[in-house]
Amino acid sequence: MHLVISMEDFSILIGGIAGDGINEAGLTAARLMNRLGYRIFMYYDYPSLIRGGHNFSMVRASSERIGVCRDEIDLLIALNQDTVDRHSGRLKESSIFIFDADNVMGDGIAEKSCGISVTGILKEEGAPSVMKNSCILGAFCHAVGIEWTVLEDVLKKHIPKKLELNLKVARRGYDQATEFCRIADLDNGPEPIITGNQAISLGLIRAGLEAYVAYPMTPSSAILDFMANSAEEFGLKVVHPESEIAVILMAEGFAYAGVRAAVGTSGGGFCLMTEAVSLAGMAEIPLAIVMAQRTGPSTGLPTYTAQGDLHFVINAGQGEFPRLVVAPGDAEDAYLWSAAALNLAWKYQIPAFILSDKIVSESQYSFDLGLAGRAETARPALLWNGQGDYHRYRHSDTGVSPLAYPPQRRQVIKADSYAHDATGITTEDAQITREMSDKRMLKAQSLAGELEGYETVKLLGDERSRTCLLFWGSNKGVCREAAESLGLRAVQVLVLWPFPEKRLKDALQGVERLISVECNATGQLATLCRQYGIEVDDRILKYGGRPFSLNDLETELERRDA
Amino acid sequence: MKPQDLSTAARNTWCPGCGNFSILNAIRAVLARMDEEGFPVENTVLVSGIGCHGKIVDYLDVNSFYSIHGRTIPVATGIKLANPDLNVICFSGDGDSLAEGLDHLIFAAKRNIDITLILHDNRVYGLTTGQYTPTSPTGFRGKSTPEGSIERPLNPLDLMLSAGATFIARGYSHGIEQLQTLFKEAILHKGFSFVDVLQVCVSYFNMYESYNRRTYSVEGNDAASFDQAQEIIRRWSYDDSESQIPLGKFYQIDAPRFDQAYSQTKPLLARGDKIGSKLESFI
Repeated sequence: MHLVISMEDFSILIGGIAGDGINEAGLTAARLMNRLGYRIFMYYDYPSLIRGGHNFSMVRASSERIGVCRDEIDLLIALNQDTVDRHSGRLKESSIFIFDADNVMGDGIAEKSCGISVTGILKEEGAPSVMKNSCILGAFCHAVGIEWTVLEDVLKKHIPKKLELNLKVARRGYDQATEFCRIADLDNGPEPIITGNQAISLGLIRAGLEAYVAYPMTPSSAILDFMANSAEEFGLKVVHPESEIAVILMAEGFAYAGVRAAVGTSGGGFCLMTEAVSLAGMAEIPLAIVMAQRTGPSTGLPTYTAQGDLHFVINAGQGEFPRLVVAPGDAEDAYLWSAAALNLAWKYQIPAFILSDKIVSESQYSFDLGLAGRAETARPALLWNGQGDYHRYRHSDTGVSPLAYPPQRRQVIKADSYAHDATGITTEDAQITREMSDKRMLKAQSLAGELEGYETVKLLGDERSRTCLLFWGSNKGVCREAAESLGLRAVQVLVLWPFPEKRLKDALQGVERLISVECNATGQLATLCRQYGIEVDDRILKYGGRPFSLNDLETELERRDA
Repeated sequence: MKPQDLSTAARNTWCPGCGNFSILNAIRAVLARMDEEGFPVENTVLVSGIGCHGKIVDYLDVNSFYSIHGRTIPVATGIKLANPDLNVICFSGDGDSLAEGLDHLIFAAKRNIDITLILHDNRVYGLTTGQYTPTSPTGFRGKSTPEGSIERPLNPLDLMLSAGATFIARGYSHGIEQLQTLFKEAILHKGFSFVDVLQVCVSYFNMYESYNRRTYSVEGNDAASFDQAQEIIRRWSYDDSESQIPLGKFYQIDAPRFDQAYSQTKPLLARGDKIGSKLESFI
């Protein structure tokens, strides 16, 4: 009988070539740990190609909610030699090593090591090569003492295609493996495991999304896939047009006619959209825009992460107009804030951005099912009461004019990209131009007022610490955990525009050393804070396309004596 | 309803003699008449781009979306997909739809979406005071091509025919009755309707004398025949030869439409439970 290890924290790395289904393999491993009550974070690393190359999934399972990986791993699963060559340095003395003995030189890598003749088993069973995963995950389960029935259950639920053959292949892997330990069952209920992109989609749907328009671009494409697959279920109109320019203008057409629409893209695609972002500002068209950042400039690293577009997004589009920019830090933020963003876009008739990145968008997170019912549902927009003549841009105390959608009996509804009067007819009059500008900027004030009721800034870690990590977006996972382990304060800026100046200053009360942690080369949040008189003392920046690991940040903080 | 009931108080700023007046008068008469015939004008949405043509939406007391340069079609597409019962008409210029927004024009034809596009084809950029456009003849001396443009002109009708438009016609700003007939037919046509209007710019490319001499209406053609339409369309290639310029309806067929695929989609309102069960499927 082997030792039952009560690991509170267990990291698995699965590597192979593109086409091996490494993302799905990681997800299956995550689901297995989930069944034992662990909370999951999974990072998926892949180059921009369809077949070949080196792909790996890092699954971290913990008793606590997490959003970051560690460098060292407890278990390595190698489907090819490349995986061993690149990642064996992560192994600890206690780590377990499972490999495809037909493809990998497995000798001398780890003491607890187990080679499985994966290719041979597949050949004997007449199974396609994508079933390598099932075979090696069968071995994984046996090696760490996960009951066969748990794997059977997970495969039945999530890989129903060719189930019999999958189970057969998995069983052969299971039988060939050695049991090294038994991972403790934490006796927590399992939770959904979803990506940030799925969370964004569900948040938008929750708040009444009716149309989604997008052109595929990594790392936002999975939203388009999800929406297209959910179109029938939720009654969504999903369109994939000729370009990002067409995308955003179609969405604005939808909105003019009263249909709640969202678009999704990444940096390059968003560049094409910016002229129409300004149109939405001027014509007061409500619209949700998902901007999932990847490494730039230009094509950059298509499948890797960055936080290089903060200033771009808060400033995109000519002229001055209000907008909302929210930056969720994980799947739960993504769900709650996407719903809020769509509602606020309609309430204030503005473009609202959900600023994500590859890590939030494509990583897998445990998701608290209890949150499902807590996101905002669709809040009705301010509608015209049908009295008198309709004026699309009528002045009001909040700057918000009542909406009406065609057809309205004997009324006209005029949206206009030019400077316009209250009826929506073009003008070049200086006074009307100024008054209309004031009206739009009044909406920014009204929006900022409403946001006081939201948690626009989140305080984490040790609130009494005088050293504080300042971050936004996907660095939530790493900053929260590093702050907790080192006894530091950590402050997340969730809303980037309108900038929550007061809330942030309150959260930073008593801080003597402020360190910004960002995935860009210049410290864009730190620069933004300076505009509001908040000086950052130190910047910890990572910009090679890969996210911070927990070790990265902890080491860097120690080096800087924080 | 009289045509003048569809006017606004906006001051008209087109040059005296501008061909846009004909298009304005024709569409106003058509929409007013259709309103009396049971097509309420409030069911119509006009979408324009940017250029002299775009001002037309300020002059018409009809629902409108005054869009940005080159982007009438994607806006119109969104409106049509949002509410397929609306009658959506785009007004666009030759710079607007054939240069800045050419991709959208081709895709509208490819999709055969049920919208109408009226091209104010004056073959010059007017509002920016005289540069060559995609339909200007080779050798056109404009501000950006003082030695004459080097490019060959594009025949937009030929392009629309091959891209899949199901209604193709050409009118001329000196033929307002024909414009009315063509506009009404284009609006009533189910599918993507493209009407090229030779609309004379009196300030920068005054072609009245030339067009008056060379245009003629085609009669008795079989509009359902692709080959006949192509033959008529290719009689003139927008060059500066003295060839005759046919006017009229050249092509009209029935074909499946993009908007049909979306017309039955109705949003599910009670979403809470479905989101919960969707999330459970991820456990």
